[in-house]
Amino acid sequence: METIYVILITTIKTIIYFGVLMLHVAYATYAERKIIGHIQLRLGPMVVGPHGLLQPIADVVKLIFKEDIIPYNVDRKIFTIAPLISLTAALSTFAVIPVSENWLISNVNVGILYVLGIAGIGTYGIIFAGWASNSKYAFLGSLRSAAQMISYEVALAMSLVGVILMAESFNLTEIVNKQLEYSYGMFLIPQFLGYFVFIVAMLAETNRVPFDLPEAETELVAGYFVEYSGIRFSLFYLAEYLAMFCMSALATICFWGGWTVPPFLLTIFPFLGIIPGIIWFLIKVYFHMFLFFWIRGTLPRYRYDQLMSIGWKVLLPLALLNIVLTSIIKYYW
Amino acid sequence: MNPIEIVKKIKDKFPEEVLWFRCFREECDITIKKEKIKDILEYLKNTPTLEFDYLIDLTAVDYLGFREPRFDVIYQLMSIKHRHRLRVKAEVSEQECFINSVVDLWKTANWFERECFDMFGIEFKGHPDLRRILMPEDWIGFPLRKDYPVYSDLKDKEWQPYKELKELATGWKENEP
Amino acid sequence: MNPENTRELLINMGPQHPATHGVLRLVLEIEGEVIKKCIPYIGYLHRGVEKLSEDLTYVQSLPLTDRLDYLSSMINNVGFCIAVEKLMGISVPERAKFIRTMMSEMARICSHLVWIATHALDVGAMTVFLYAMRDREKLLELFEMVTGARLTVSYPRVGGVRCDVNQEFLDELYKFVNEFPKKVEEYETLIDRNRVWLRRTKGVGVITAEEAINWGLTGPTLRGSGVYYDIRKFFPYDAYDKVEFEVPLGKNGDIYDRYKCRMLEFRQSAKIIKQCIELLPEGAILADDALRIRMPSSPLKIDKKDIQFEIYIEDKSIEDFINKFTEVYASIEAPKGELGFYIVCDDSAKPYRMRVRAPSFVHAGVLPRLCEGALIADVIANIGSIDIVLGECDR
Repeated sequence: METIYVILITTIKTIIYFGVLMLHVAYATYAERKIIGHIQLRLGPMVVGPHGLLQPIADVVKLIFKEDIIPYNVDRKIFTIAPLISLTAALSTFAVIPVSENWLISNVNVGILYVLGIAGIGTYGIIFAGWASNSKYAFLGSLRSAAQMISYEVALAMSLVGVILMAESFNLTEIVNKQLEYSYGMFLIPQFLGYFVFIVAMLAETNRVPFDLPEAETELVAGYFVEYSGIRFSLFYLAEYLAMFCMSALATICFWGGWTVPPFLLTIFPFLGIIPGIIWFLIKVYFHMFLFFWIRGTLPRYRYDQLMSIGWKVLLPLALLNIVLTSIIKYYW
Repeated sequence: MNPIEIVKKIKDKFPEEVLWFRCFREECDITIKKEKIKDILEYLKNTPTLEFDYLIDLTAVDYLGFREPRFDVIYQLMSIKHRHRLRVKAEVSEQECFINSVVDLWKTANWFERECFDMFGIEFKGHPDLRRILMPEDWIGFPLRKDYPVYSDLKDKEWQPYKELKELATGWKENEP
Repeated sequence: MNPENTRELLINMGPQHPATHGVLRLVLEIEGEVIKKCIPYIGYLHRGVEKLSEDLTYVQSLPLTDRLDYLSSMINNVGFCIAVEKLMGISVPERAKFIRTMMSEMARICSHLVWIATHALDVGAMTVFLYAMRDREKLLELFEMVTGARLTVSYPRVGGVRCDVNQEFLDELYKFVNEFPKKVEEYETLIDRNRVWLRRTKGVGVITAEEAINWGLTGPTLRGSGVYYDIRKFFPYDAYDKVEFEVPLGKNGDIYDRYKCRMLEFRQSAKIIKQCIELLPEGAILADDALRIRMPSSPLKIDKKDIQFEIYIEDKSIEDFINKFTEVYASIEAPKGELGFYIVCDDSAKPYRMRVRAPSFVHAGVLPRLCEGALIADVIANIGSIDIVLGECDR
C-alpha cells in the first residue's frame, strides 16, 4: 500500500513539475527573444497576442504539426532516439532539485552528483544526433560538443567541490540549509572563485554564447541538429532550455542560498520573511536565465582551440585553487 | 616617371619586341610581341626606377576582323612607390592561342589568367591550375570572344546540365496528379 | 586504425551557407579542425555583365553596374561614369562633382556598415548587426529622398548626376554625419575592447605588406597591412582633391587591423560628407555636352586630339587600327578596394569591350593563402575581413 502511495504521489508531483517546467521553457524562449530584442533595438515578437505573449504557444503548435522529415541517408533508429536521450536527461535532472523547503520530487543524498551525472548523459544525445545525421556539419558539431562537454564538465564539477566541502553534504537541501548558518546566507561570498568558474562552465555546458561552438550558426550552419526539423528539432531545443534552467537552479541552490533570504537582510527588513521561498528561488533562477540572454546579446563566439585552452588552462586550475583554499580555511576554522 | 620615358626605356632594353605605343587621355599603352612577355614584365617589376610592383588587372580584348593577331592580352601595371601606371599589351593570335603565365611574378595573376582562359580560351603556359573559373567546368565555348553570340537560339547546343534539369523539372510537372 | 584507411575530411562550405556572404563556395580539406587545403569556387552569380554591355549603349550599361557591388551601387555608377567621361573628354560641373563625392562616401559608409554587421555576426556578436542596420536604414532613406531608390540607385549620369539635391536632404544628411561618429563609438564599445573579439581577430589571417601587394589586394584590406595606397589620394577623381581627409593605415595586416582601418574610414567618410555639404557650390549638375549620349544609336564623336603614337614596325596599316580603337582605364576607390573600368571604344554607340576590375574577385583569390593552416572558425573570420560581395566577384 505504502509503495503505491509513494508511486502515486511521485507521479502526480512529476506531472505537475513537468507542466510547470514546460511552461517555463516556453516562456523562457519568449523572454529570450524579448530581452535580446530590446538589447538589439528591436521589439521582439509583437504580433501574436498582446506584446506577442502567445508567441511561444504558436511556436509549439507549429513545431508539433510540422511534417516529420527524416533524411534518406540517416541511421533511422539512432536519429529518432537521439533527441529523446537529450530531453530525458535534461528532464531527469529536475527530480532532485528542491524549489523550496521540501518541495522536490526526490530527496537524494548525492543530489549534486546525480545532477552532474545525468546532465552528462545529455551529451550522448548530441553525439548520436551528429553521428546518425550522416552530415559533415552535424558530425563536426557533435565532435566539438563531445570535446567541449568533457573539458567543461571537469571544471564544473570541480567548482562545486568547494561548495560540497563547506556544506559537508551532497544533498541539495542540506547545502541550502547550511548556507543559513552564515549571516550573509549564501556561499557566493566565500566561494566567489568557485562561482565564477561555475558560471563560465555553465555557459559552456549548455552550449550557449560565447561557447556555442557545437551549433555555431555561421560556421557549422546549425551544428549537430542541422538535419533535424519539426518536433525532433524542438526536442533538442527543449533540452537546451531545460539544461539552462537546471544550471540556473544549481547555481541558485549552491551559491545563492536557494529559496532562503540572507539572515542579515531579514534582520534589517523583517517583512521579507513573508514572501514564500519559491518566489525567492524563482527570482534567483530568473536572474541566472537573464545572465544567459544578456551574454548572448553581448559577446562574440570563441574559437575552438581557445575554448579548450580556457577550459583546461584557466578554469580547471582556478577550480583546483579554490578547492585547495577552501580546504585549508576549512581545516583551520 | 613620364610614361613616354618608360616606353623609351623598354624600347632600349628590348628593341625587337616593341611593336608600337600609344598615349590617349594621359594613359599609355605599349604593344609587344608575346614571346618575351615575361622577361619584359619582370624587367618592369624589378627595375628600381620603374618598380611596377602592382598588377592591377589582366584581361584580354578580341579584335576579330579588325586586326590579324586576334587577341590582345592586357596587363595593367602600377607602381605604388612612383605612382605611375602603364598598360602592356601582348598580341596573341588564334592559331597560337597561348602566352606565358606571370603567376611567378604576381600571385594575383592566378585568378585573372584563369578568367582570361575561361572567357577567351587563351592558354597560359606555366599556370599552376588552369581551369574555368566563372563558367561551369563543362561549358563549351569562350563567351567573351566576339564570335560568341549574345542572343541566339541554342536548341541542341544548350548547356547539358541545364537541359537535363529542365527536362527533369517538366517531367515532374507532368507526373503530378 | 589502419592509417591507410584514413583520409582528410572534405567539407563543402557553400554556396548555401550563412557565412559565405552570398554564393561563395569553399571546398575545405580538414584534418580535425585545421584546414589543409582551401579551394574557392566562384561563378554562381555570373551574369555576364561584360558581355552584356557589349550589346548595350553606354547609358544602358549604367544600370548593369548597380548590380555589381549591390551594397554600394552608387560608387559603381560613379566609376563607370568617370570611365566614360574620360573616354569622351567630358568635364563634369563642380556641383555634380561634389554631389557625387558626397554620395560615394554615403555609399562607402553603407557598405562598411553591412561589412561590420556581417563580420561581427560571423564571429558571433549578433547585436552589432542590428545596430549597424539601424544606421544603414537612415542612409538608405536619404538615398531614397534624392534618387527614389534605396539599393540600386543608378543616380550618376555620364557628365553629372540625374537630379539635384535639395536643402531638406542636406540638412538631414548633415544631422546624420554629426551624429554618426558617436554611433561608430557605440560599435567599438561592443567589440573593440571585447576580449573574445580581440582573441578571434588579433594575429589571425596575417598578410604582410609585400605579399598583399603581390596578391593584388586593394582598399582597406591592403591598408590593413600598412601600405599607403588610396586612389582618392593617388589619382584624385571628382572632388576628392578639394576635401581634406586622412587615409588610415594598419600595421600587422591581421583581421583586427583591417577591422580597425574600416572603423577609422567611417569617421573619415563622415568628415568628407560634412566638407562636401559645406563646400557645395551652386551651378549645373549635368555637363552641356553630356546630352549627346542620350541618343542611343548614333556613333560617338570622341575628341582624339591628344592621341599620340609611334609605330616601330614596317606595316604602317596598323595606324588606322590605332586611330579607331581608343581605350581608357579609370579606377575609383570603392569600399572594397580598387574598382576599375577598362573601356575599349570603336566609335560606335556601344562599348567594344568593357572590363570590370572587381576588387572582390581579387580578394576572393587570396582566401586560400589566408585560410590554409587556420581553423574552421578563422575561415569565417577571414571571409568577413576581406569583405567580398559575390555580385561583384562573379560579375
